[in-house]
Order: sequence, then C-alpha cells, then structure tokens
Amino acid sequence: MRIGIPRESRPGETLVAATAKTASQLAALGYVVVVERGAGEAADQPDTAYADAGIAVVAADEVWSSDVVVKVNAPTDEEIARLRPGATVIALMAPGRSPELVERLAAQGVTALAMDAVPRISRAQSMDVLSSMANVAGYRAVIEAAHEFGRLFTGQVTAAGKVPPARVFVVGAGVAGLAAIGAAGSLGAIVRAFDVRPEVAEQVESMGAQFVTVDMEQEVSSDGYAKEMTAEQEAATAAMYDEEARAADIVITTALIPGRPAPQLISAETVAAMRPGSVIVDMAAANGGNVAATVKDERVVTANGVTVLGYTDLAGRLAAQTSQLYGTNIVNLLKLLTPEKDGVLTLDMDDVVQRGIAVTRAGQDATAGTGAEVMWPPPPVQVSAAPAAAGPGAAEKEPAAEKVPPDPRRKWYAAGLASVLFALLAAFSPGEFLGHFTVFALAVVAGYYVISNVAHALHTPLMAETNAISGIILVGGILQVGTASNALILVLAAVAVLVASINIFGGFLVTLRMLQMFRKG
Amino acid sequence: MTDFLTSEHLYGFIQGAYIIAALCFIGALAGLARHETAKQGNILGMGGMALALVATVLLMAQQNELTTDAPSLGVAVLVVAAMMGIGAVIGAWRARTVEMTGMPELVALLHSFVGLAAVLVGLNSYLQHGAGHDTVHDVEVFIGVFIGAITFTGSIVANLKLSARMKSAPLTLPGRHWLNLAIIVASVALGVWFALVEGDDGDGVGIVPLLVMTALALVLGFHLVAAIGGGDMPVVVSMLNSYSGWAAAAAGFMLGNDLLIITGALVGSSGAILSYIMCKAMNRSFVSVIAGGFGSDGGSAGEDRDYGEHREIQADDVAELLAHASSVVITPGYGMAVAQAQYPVAEMTRKLRDKGVDVRFGIHPVAGRLPGHMNVLLAEAKVPYDIVLEMDEINDDLPETDVVLVIGANDTVNPAAQEEPGSPIAGMPVLEVWNAKDVVVFKRSMATGYAGVQNPLFFKDNTQMLFGDAKDKVNEIVAALG
Repeated sequence: MRIGIPRESRPGETLVAATAKTASQLAALGYVVVVERGAGEAADQPDTAYADAGIAVVAADEVWSSDVVVKVNAPTDEEIARLRPGATVIALMAPGRSPELVERLAAQGVTALAMDAVPRISRAQSMDVLSSMANVAGYRAVIEAAHEFGRLFTGQVTAAGKVPPARVFVVGAGVAGLAAIGAAGSLGAIVRAFDVRPEVAEQVESMGAQFVTVDMEQEVSSDGYAKEMTAEQEAATAAMYDEEARAADIVITTALIPGRPAPQLISAETVAAMRPGSVIVDMAAANGGNVAATVKDERVVTANGVTVLGYTDLAGRLAAQTSQLYGTNIVNLLKLLTPEKDGVLTLDMDDVVQRGIAVTRAGQDATAGTGAEVMWPPPPVQVSAAPAAAGPGAAEKEPAAEKVPPDPRRKWYAAGLASVLFALLAAFSPGEFLGHFTVFALAVVAGYYVISNVAHALHTPLMAETNAISGIILVGGILQVGTASNALILVLAAVAVLVASINIFGGFLVTLRMLQMFRKG
Repeated sequence: MTDFLTSEHLYGFIQGAYIIAALCFIGALAGLARHETAKQGNILGMGGMALALVATVLLMAQQNELTTDAPSLGVAVLVVAAMMGIGAVIGAWRARTVEMTGMPELVALLHSFVGLAAVLVGLNSYLQHGAGHDTVHDVEVFIGVFIGAITFTGSIVANLKLSARMKSAPLTLPGRHWLNLAIIVASVALGVWFALVEGDDGDGVGIVPLLVMTALALVLGFHLVAAIGGGDMPVVVSMLNSYSGWAAAAAGFMLGNDLLIITGALVGSSGAILSYIMCKAMNRSFVSVIAGGFGSDGGSAGEDRDYGEHREIQADDVAELLAHASSVVITPGYGMAVAQAQYPVAEMTRKLRDKGVDVRFGIHPVAGRLPGHMNVLLAEAKVPYDIVLEMDEINDDLPETDVVLVIGANDTVNPAAQEEPGSPIAGMPVLEVWNAKDVVVFKRSMATGYAGVQNPLFFKDNTQMLFGDAKDKVNEIVAALG
C-alpha cells in the first residue's frame, strides 16, 4: 500500500507528518511512501533529505490518491474531497469537538484515524502524540516566558549584587506541566505546581518542584485526565490560585478538560494584582484559556505590565523536534496496524487502541462509494486498575482479620505445659544427663543471641564457619579410634574422622578465603 | 607415662581446654557479626578447633590407656593422623578451588559429611557399649543417628539440586506428607523397640531396629529435600546446617562430651535462625517451605492477566542512561550468579563510580541460593562491601534513585507481592525498584521466576527490558561506557 505525506495546508503550519528518518521507517514496514514537494521545508526536512533516504518526492495529486494519507492537522473539506473512497486518513482530528468533520469523512467513505484519540494506557504511550507535543510545548512555554521575562531565572550572588531566583507557578501537572516544571527547574527557577489530581504530587516532586496543596477532598482520576471540580472545591482552589499567582514571576497554565472548554483559573483581578514584568503563558489558549486576559495566538500586555502569551503553536515553534516525535508516533501506530510488516494496513476493532482512534471506518465495499460507518465515540477505556483491584483486596481482608487474634495466653499455656513435661522427664533422668542438658540449653541461648547479631552480608561465611565447627564431631571419632574394641568399630571411627576433618579444614579455609575478599571501598 | 596419662589432673586439663575451645567458638561466631571483626573471629575459631583437637588426642590417649582390648596407642594416633591428613588435603583442595558461585553446593556437601560422621559415631557408640547400657544412652544414640542420617541424604540431594545434577523442580509424590509421617511414626516405634530390647538383656538384637531406622531416616532425608524446589534451597541449606548441629549435639550427649554439646547447640541455633530469617523474607511459614512442593521450572501459574506490553532497550541506551544518572542501584539475583556476571558488573560499577555516579547494591535476603550468597559473589569481584546494602536499608532510597538495574532477579522485585492480594507471593517483602525513575531489567526472556508468578514490574511505564545473557549485556554496557 502507498502512504502519502502531504504538505500541511493550514497557514503558518510548520510541522510535517513524517521526517526523512520516520518515512524510511514506514518504508521498512513494507509501504511505498511518497512525500509532497516542499512538505517538510519548515521542519528542516528539505526534499533532498527525503530523496537521500530513498523516499519519492511527488506532486500533491499523487499524495492525495494514496491508500493511506498521514498528516498533522485535520483534513479540510477540499482535502477530504481529494481522498479516494476506501482510503485511510490519519491526523489530529479532535473528533469530539468537530462532529461535522466526522460526518464529512463518513460521507466520503474513508477510514479516519484520530491521532489525538489514542487512549492513555501504557501500551499506547509510544503513539500518544498529545504527550509528545505537550512535552515539547511545555518546554517551549518556559523558553517563551524566559524570553519575555526581564530577569534571570537562576538566583546568583554576583559582584554587582544578589539576584533572586525567579518563581514559577505551573498549573496542571500533565505532560506539558511536568515538561515546563523540568525546563524551569533546569534554568534555576524555584518552581511550585498544582494539579487537581492529588496522585500526581509525587511526579511533581520528582521533577524538583514543590506541590501546592489545597485542604479539601479530591478524587483519583480513572481515565488519566483531570476532571472539572465541584463548586465548593472551586472556591477553595480559587483562593490558592490567587495567592500563588500573585507571588509568582512566571505563571504557566496547562489545565484542560477533554471535550470541554478550558476552565478559567486565573481571574482578571489576580492578573491585575501581579507584579509588573510578570509573564503568564496560557497553554490552554486554544480551548479558551485558563487566564481571563488570554487572547488566542496573541501576546497581550496588561495595563499593569503583565505579559500574557496565548500562543497555540508552541509545539510547532520547535518544528524539527515536534515533527520527528510526531513521525515516530505515526511509525509506532503503523507498526501496530501492520502486524505482518507486509505493507498492508489492517484494523482490528477488538484492540482498544485501534478502536479508540477509529473515527470512521470504510465499509467492506466502500470503493463503491456507499459511505463509511461512524465509529465515534469509542467505548471508554479504563487506564488505572486501582478501583478494580480494591474490590478483591477488601474482600481478602476479612478472613485475614478473623484469624489475627490468637489468644496471647496460649503461648503461656504451651510454655507451662512444656515445663511440666520437662520436669517430669528430668525426674526420671540420671544426673549426668541433666548436667549435660544444662550446658546444652545455655549454649542454645548463647547461640541465639550471638547469631542474631550477624550481618546479612556475612551469612554465607557464617554458614561455612558453623560448618567447620560442627566438624567437632571429629572428637567423637578420635575417641572411638582410641578405644575401638574391634576392627569394624575402628574402620567406622576412622571414616568418621576422615569426613569430619574434611569439614573442619574445608570450612575454615573457605571462610578465610571469603572473608579476605570482602573489602571496603 | 602411664601415670601422666591416667592422672586426674590431665583429665581436668582436658576439660579446661574444652571449655576454652567452646568459648573460642562462641567468640568466633560473635566476631562474624561485623566485617571488621570477621577475620579475627575465623582465626579464633581455628584456634579453638586446634586446642580441642590437642585435648581430644590427649583424652584419647588416656582412654586408650584405660581400655584393655583397644589397639595400641601408636596405631590409634597413626590412624587418626592419617585420616586427618587425608581429610585436610581434600578439604583444603575443595576450599581453594571452589567457585564462589558454587558455594551453596560446597556448603551442602560439607553438611552431608557432618551427617555421615554423626551416623558413624552413633553406630559405633552403640557397638562399643554393647549390652546392658542405660536407656538414656540408647535414646541418645537413636536420636543422634536419626538426625545424622536425615542430614546426610538431605544434604546430598541439596548438593545435587544446587549443582543442577538433579532437577531442581520439586518431586511431588502422591501422598508425600503421609509417607513422611509414616516414616517418622515407624522410627518412633523402632526407637521404643530398640530401647526395650536393650533395656532388658541387650544381646545385640538392638542392632536390627537401629539399622532399619537408619535406612528409613536416609530415605526420609532424601524424600524431604527432593520435594523442595531449587529456589527454596537457602532455607533448606540453613535447615540442614541446623540439623548438622543438632546431630553433633546428640553425639555429645551420647559421649558425655560438653564441647560437642555446646558446639552442636551453637550450630543448631545458627541454622535455625538463618532458616527463620529466610522464611520471613519470603513471607512463608517454615512448615510450608519444609513440606515442599513449591516452585516450578518456569511454567506460569496464576491467572493470565493482561499487563500490557513491555518495552525493550539496547545496551548502548542503558550505558547512556547510566552515564547521565546521578544515583544507580543494582539489584542482583540468582541469574547474576548463573551468568557469572559479577565480574563485568563490578567493572561497570567501578567505571560509573569513576564518573562520579553513586552506585549501590540492594540485596534481598533470599537472593541467590544461600543466605548472603550475593554478597560473597560481589566481594569476589572486588565490589566494596560498604556499597552493598540490605533490602531494608535501600528501599527508602529507591524513590530518589535515577536508575535501577535488575540483574537476574525476578520474584524479589515483584510488585505483585504488594499489589495483588491473591498472588502466591503476596505479602513477601520485596525491593521496591519500581519507585525509581527508570528501571532496566536484564533477563533472558519473559519467563516467570521461581515462584511461577508473572511480574507486573516488566510492564510498568518506567521499566525497560534488556534481553540476553546478563554477562554479555553488562560487558556491552561496559564497552559503551568507554
């Protein structure tokens, strides 16, 4: 089958769906790959780079008549019209927010796969293009902020005076938020971060930021995305946002709720109260923005000198990097769709990943132009197994609780019984035996305390050592040799002496050898 | 000469020497508590043993003098010297040549010698005293031979399993618990018979129950250990260590020798404690380990759950990851010993430490086939012992660790022990490696570990698998580190 990589038609778009490297990886899966002339220019992928990698650079018509068309942005109406019925188109489509696009794709009779609908499960991470782009965008958000910010990020004590470190507040600890935390932290800023999902606190702290907490009940996310909060939660959180934003030099907001407009978290009053020269980067600008002052795709300076960046193309500003990552996500998806590596794309609707991204599916006889079946929306996918695991776990606890309380008195009864039995036994034993038994009992106790102190690292030498000293049974053998009353006894005793001395010498020497190996660094 | 040998004072001197020797042995074990004093401890043990032997030879001379039908003293000394000489040569040769990976086999083999010696000494003790001795002595002989025989065959089976000359999977005969019980009951019955015939007239009939019991005990020792899987061998070897001690103590009772009793008791409690530590580390009861039948040869047990897919990584990328890490923890398991990977691992450690990376080792109590086995292997490869830490010492540091390398370990790093209440290893304390930023698992394939349980660690987001022979892969990493 042929894969076509068109040039993106959206004005200002810098990305390309396949770099020379990922295009040749696609070719390795058995596909014929063609790239539209000039497709990768803005992403540092000139036509010659593709040609060098053995990828044909062709005119637009040939690309659009391919069996599979892979692009970055959702296809426009004109582009959809150019698709061959029965063909497959792979792109970012936001199918939840664009029902008319879904309809048109279905009407054209094409199979459409939305890269931004990859379920957030571990197995699909290698195709999660939103994560790839959010990662790059989070980094770029910090760079843009640093560009606008009039001071250094890192705190220094210089000959010309002390420079305080910048304070960065990151809202939302998803992929973008974590990338921003990492980038800001590497530049030397003091980073604080908040997320409505308390379970990400650990991740935030692992990136070197401090997690800001709000004192209230929060719920664990089950689909990997944050949920919108209830009214009273919101009231408690709003106060925290206000306080944190006022204290910060840089605020980066990344809060998104899938399928809905972004929540407004930073109010106009808060922005007005921020220090002049502060910078806000609103990464949710495309969906309405988290900040009151945000204007989509614009740089706005408020009356009190706060710069608000509403850029939506942050990932596109690192075109080469993002294209490479996007291309790799595409390769990983096609690896899944091409199990035989024979260049034939096969969709398996029982697979949650493939089912999840399928927006429309061309019918078996779609070439006749009968239209395609609409597959959107897919059934929900559970990302976290935590709630499921809690069930059997809770059930398991009950029988365990039942057998927990063994009567502590039972131990005393047992000890008492043993003592009485022993006393009775002792009453009928010769004195000599009791003397030996005293020694034995004391030695067991001494052994218990001495051995309990031995470090785990020395347990092997300990075994070899105890092995050697248990060769003391040699004593018995020697005495029996000396008092043997017949040849059989002599032979048996001699053999005992032989094996016991192997033990003694072998045990001590091997202990010595091991102990000599242990050294301090 | 005769006066000297038969004097009361010599006997007192010998007993004094025995007491000093016993104290030396206690001191030897106490010295092993720490690395700094371990060598002194070993030397103390050797000194105690030498003293005990000198005293014993004197005691033998004294008893020889008092016994009428014994061989002449010269012959006796010659026999003892010759046997000890041969034993010394064999022992020294084994101690010199044993591979550190082969330590568990050697230790098991040495246990079997103690068991054999106990059986022989016990039989001899019966033969020598012959008719009409007291019941207590009969019981002592009987118990001593019983424990010695179990130790003997049990240790041989452990040795064969550890050296892979016998299948390490448990031998599960139908009704094996009943078989064991039947042997024990039969032995008790034989013991009663033995004590009764000996108590009455003692015309030598007692040898029959004694020998039958010996044969039964040999079978029991064999069957008991054959039913236990290879991975439980640390417990078995410590248990046999304990038995060998009790066998020596029993010999001490029958010979009326306090040194033997003290030493046997020390060794017996040592082995018992080690077994207990091992069982606790696996969260299994001692009885369930000894009853056997646990562990498989890699077949998967438990439900087939979809854990998702694992990610693979190549040696070059691991080297990259390590070079940029600031803290690395290596958790080795039996697989490292099998692949003989300890030398390249030590080399890798050295290189990373030279680069300023903080490298430490985390050792699970049951890693390997002998308590403390991993520590000895790492020491052999010249890894300093102060960076080799125990599970409890390192678990709290793992969340701040950049990279964890899991080399040939599986069950000891299995999160299922904490996360899946229905898992066969649920509740077993494990190294919480998944808390680290990145985990690289060195493994031959996706097969399960000793417990036959699938390991969800392999499917975690921060885990990557490096497939292949651990030694080759570590060598590749060392080469890539330059």
